[in-house]
Amino acid sequence: MGVRVELGRRYRFAASHRLHTDRLSEEENARVFGKCANPFGHGHNYILEVSVSGDVDPATGMIANLADLDNFVEREVIEVFDHHSMNEDVAAFRDVVPTTENLCIEIFERLKNLPTAKLERVRVQETSNNSFEYAGENGRERL
Amino acid sequence: MVLITRKIEFSASHLYHNPAFSAEENRRVFGKCNNPHGHGHNYTLEVTVAGEPNPVTGMVLDLKELKDLLEREVMQRMDHRFLNYEVAELKGQIPTCENIARLIWELLDPKIKQGRLHRVRLYESADLFADCYRNGAAG
Repeated sequence: MGVRVELGRRYRFAASHRLHTDRLSEEENARVFGKCANPFGHGHNYILEVSVSGDVDPATGMIANLADLDNFVEREVIEVFDHHSMNEDVAAFRDVVPTTENLCIEIFERLKNLPTAKLERVRVQETSNNSFEYAGENGRERL
Repeated sequence: MVLITRKIEFSASHLYHNPAFSAEENRRVFGKCNNPHGHGHNYTLEVTVAGEPNPVTGMVLDLKELKDLLEREVMQRMDHRFLNYEVAELKGQIPTCENIARLIWELLDPKIKQGRLHRVRLYESADLFADCYRNGAAG
């Protein structure tokens, strides 16, 4: 067939973060990160879009069983991030600034061993004005 | 190259049922989507065409022609229809988002003469969609 089909699924979580790094002085942190460096952090309602590919099973019409996909994303991402502080509660962000660029990469890494289909890319919307996409280290052509 | 996207919305009903499965298997695999009398969605379709703008008109394609094509191939075929029973091309298939999107790609691709079909995205709801791309092409 001349056509490749992907399934896209959208999830939501609310989390807080603070953009700040010990590698910069306080003045530099304030200059680079602005309000995002305020000491106690702040939060967003994030929207995560997960795109997977694979053969459409003729018996079910589906690339992936939605309940299996939802359970995997729930366990690997939503439970980890939803109503948590990224800086305090997620080990990957102990020494890495939790920008949404880095969040995209972290979520992709958490989902890349999806058992039921091939992970193509993730898109994370931080606000209705900002969104970020990542398709893995060699994923340029899948963006 | 420029991408141009046209959006339409249609409403249709469907149910998921594979006659090769037992009643229990159908229920287990398809859940509520197996309810016997079907249910409906407001589908949103985004059709993206890629091409170079014509130097005289500044257009990749005539949007009116794309609008008419979508009316003919998609709206008249699917809008306010029961997809299992009324869309002949879906006979023998489960009318999932994946299969409907693929049918729409196959209906549109040979008929788009100005520019080239780049992507078909079909939303069944805000949280579930299927994307179709040309095989071998970049996502």
